[in-house]
Amino acid sequence: MAIAENINKSNGGDDVMRTADGTPLKLSLQRAQRRQKQRTFFLVVPLLVFILFSFVFPILNMLTRSVEDPQVVSYMPNTLKALEDWDGESLPGEPVFEAMAQDFKIGRENKTIGRVGKRLNYEESGMRGLFNKTGRRIDKIETGPWKQAFLDIDKKWANVKTFTIIQRHDSAYSASYYIAALDLKQNEQNEIVRQDEERRIYVSLFLRTFGVSFLIAVLTLLLGFPIAYLMANLPLRYSNLLMILVLLPFWTSLLVRTTSWIVLLQSQGVINDVLVAMGLIDDENRVQMIFNMTGTIVAMTHILLPFMVLPLYSVMRTIPPSYMRAARSLGANQFVAFVRIYLPQTVPGISAGAILVFILAIGYYITPALVGGETGQLISNIIAYHMQRSLNWGLAGALGSILLLSVLVLFGLYSRFLGLRGLKFG
Amino acid sequence: MTTEHFVQFKNVQKSYDGETLVVKNLNLSIGKGEFLTMLGPSGSGKTTCLMMLAGFETTTHGDILLGDKSINNVPPHERGIGMVFQNYALFPHMSVAENLAFPLEVRKIPRADIEQKVQRALDMVELSDFGARRPAQLSGGQQQRVAVARALVFEPDLVLMDEPLGALDKKLREQMQYEIKHIHERLGVTIVYVTHDQSEALTMSDRIAVFNDGIIQQLSSPVELYEKPTTTFVSQFIGENNSLQGRVREISNGIATVELRGGKIVRAQAVNVQGENTDTILSIRPERIVVDPDGASVGELSTLEGQIEELIYLGDHIRTRMKVVDCDDFIVKIPNVHGHKILGSGQKVSVGWLTEDCRALDCSVLNMEGKAQ
Repeated sequence: MAIAENINKSNGGDDVMRTADGTPLKLSLQRAQRRQKQRTFFLVVPLLVFILFSFVFPILNMLTRSVEDPQVVSYMPNTLKALEDWDGESLPGEPVFEAMAQDFKIGRENKTIGRVGKRLNYEESGMRGLFNKTGRRIDKIETGPWKQAFLDIDKKWANVKTFTIIQRHDSAYSASYYIAALDLKQNEQNEIVRQDEERRIYVSLFLRTFGVSFLIAVLTLLLGFPIAYLMANLPLRYSNLLMILVLLPFWTSLLVRTTSWIVLLQSQGVINDVLVAMGLIDDENRVQMIFNMTGTIVAMTHILLPFMVLPLYSVMRTIPPSYMRAARSLGANQFVAFVRIYLPQTVPGISAGAILVFILAIGYYITPALVGGETGQLISNIIAYHMQRSLNWGLAGALGSILLLSVLVLFGLYSRFLGLRGLKFG
Repeated sequence: MTTEHFVQFKNVQKSYDGETLVVKNLNLSIGKGEFLTMLGPSGSGKTTCLMMLAGFETTTHGDILLGDKSINNVPPHERGIGMVFQNYALFPHMSVAENLAFPLEVRKIPRADIEQKVQRALDMVELSDFGARRPAQLSGGQQQRVAVARALVFEPDLVLMDEPLGALDKKLREQMQYEIKHIHERLGVTIVYVTHDQSEALTMSDRIAVFNDGIIQQLSSPVELYEKPTTTFVSQFIGENNSLQGRVREISNGIATVELRGGKIVRAQAVNVQGENTDTILSIRPERIVVDPDGASVGELSTLEGQIEELIYLGDHIRTRMKVVDCDDFIVKIPNVHGHKILGSGQKVSVGWLTEDCRALDCSVLNMEGKAQ
């Protein structure tokens, strides 16, 4: 009785569990665990900071760049304001041209008008030239009428489309890079329509990238499955040796591996020489196996193979041989036993390996760049092109974001249907 | 098909490396409907024999016959032998019912029949309501029963069991022993059972083949195996046993006169001795030894002096460790009955046994120990 009373007292009469001195149990537990939590947190801080700066920040930067569109808003504010009353169909009147002259003069002074031209050039080629030329000439004209002055400088100012394009950029943020990345464009009526036939490149490149990645996932599966099976079922002595052979590519520089494929596959390379020597092909008709799609696929399959073999192996190792034996003893021949008993149990490994290879292949850059030639380029190469050559970072950001999104969608589907528990490697 | 020789091993040899034989010239005949257990320590070749019978290992030499036909070249799935594996090997991605249906489906039995047979098999192992569950959702004992049901559902004439109860705890294991035994009695199926657990073998079997070092040491019924071991290995492997080394001085009418170390002479059944003036090991069961035997016994007695080293109270009997001749691990079980002798450590007593309970056996165990050193 006394004990029961005591407990009641320490409970303080309410339903909260309390320690002997009356502090709520939860609070007490939190205090006790705080130090441990702090220690855990400090252990991961360096990595957290590193990831923040090397991963989270660049991705956020890429995402903002893909929607940022500040040039026209910042450098042609008067023009945009004057265009507010424009009907959008006929050529704008004198006030718009006057405002534009003002913007051009300021832009010329601050050397910013070229940026507007460069930005608008993505939408319509020739805009950069128009803006530079107009900037130079308009500086020398002191008074209006401005409309005539502009028309004298270049006939393109008589084109309604030029103003449609300028007006379209009345916001600091726009989806125009995404529109371009999806091979779409906005026509004079501001409707989103498909890009002209010969200018559609990105969608087909995306599709090609997905197709190639899928093909590589299938190829690595076909090549990796037997070797993983062998590794899982051989005595440890031999399977370790096989494991080393599988991992060997991992320990070799990517460039070395890729270059060795060039040595093997090029038209004056080992394989072609052998084929010619055996008389299978003529010296003049050497097979082009590299600097095209074949080269990209061969080299990438080789490089990504371990990413398929390791998850497969780790799953297969956990399947005891007694399952196959049981199936055989129950009357199934080798094939039926394999298909109905062994294969279904390797599905977690197959899906983990396939998703890993596929996702890696989607964003693969260096191999296609080295051995892809013209036809073997993937989406990552065009992103790199926009980053390094054309300096259209907005478009590069939009393409990268689409790539990121498609990987996330895939990953989401994977975890939805197969669960992330299956993702174990090695 | 003869009922006597349903399964036959004829001069079967098996080697994995081409240098040593794992199974040495095995001859064994199993009758139809028999429950035969292959018993032996690990590495004795018993599992290899089972695997050769199932078709997962090939014989290096000799024939295995099933119903008068050699099955050496018959693949496992055409042998029609049911098998229960050590860890059950229930297919984890299939439900219990699908597991049971699997052998029927691969035999292309009509759907309706399959369902009926599966249900009957589930009823047999008292798991009627568990058909929809996954194996992982069952307890060890239930998985075991499913494995047995699956091996029986396609009505094979022969079922092999490879240490099927090894993963269960003691109580469940004993319960399953009876269940398997009853299923055997009910269905009349032939069962070849492999285990290293002697009590399991004694409980369940019609006959037991004791394996050691690739040969069958003894093939007989559980009673005979325990009461009348023919080799020292069997006497020591099955149950508890006292061994005394000695030398055969004389054999007459099946009775050997054996001189123990220290010159004591005892008489024993000459079961497995090479002849006069050869070494032998005497084997006596602890429960057949009487302390301070009085004259009123039923047969010829041998008596020796012993000194008590240790007494262990085990409830139903008192386990007494003594030093007798040169053996200081001589065990006597004194039953805890009214008026049993109260003994103390260090006390000197005389111990005795009937000549028919003392068996003079081979020295092969000794030789092997000698080789090991």
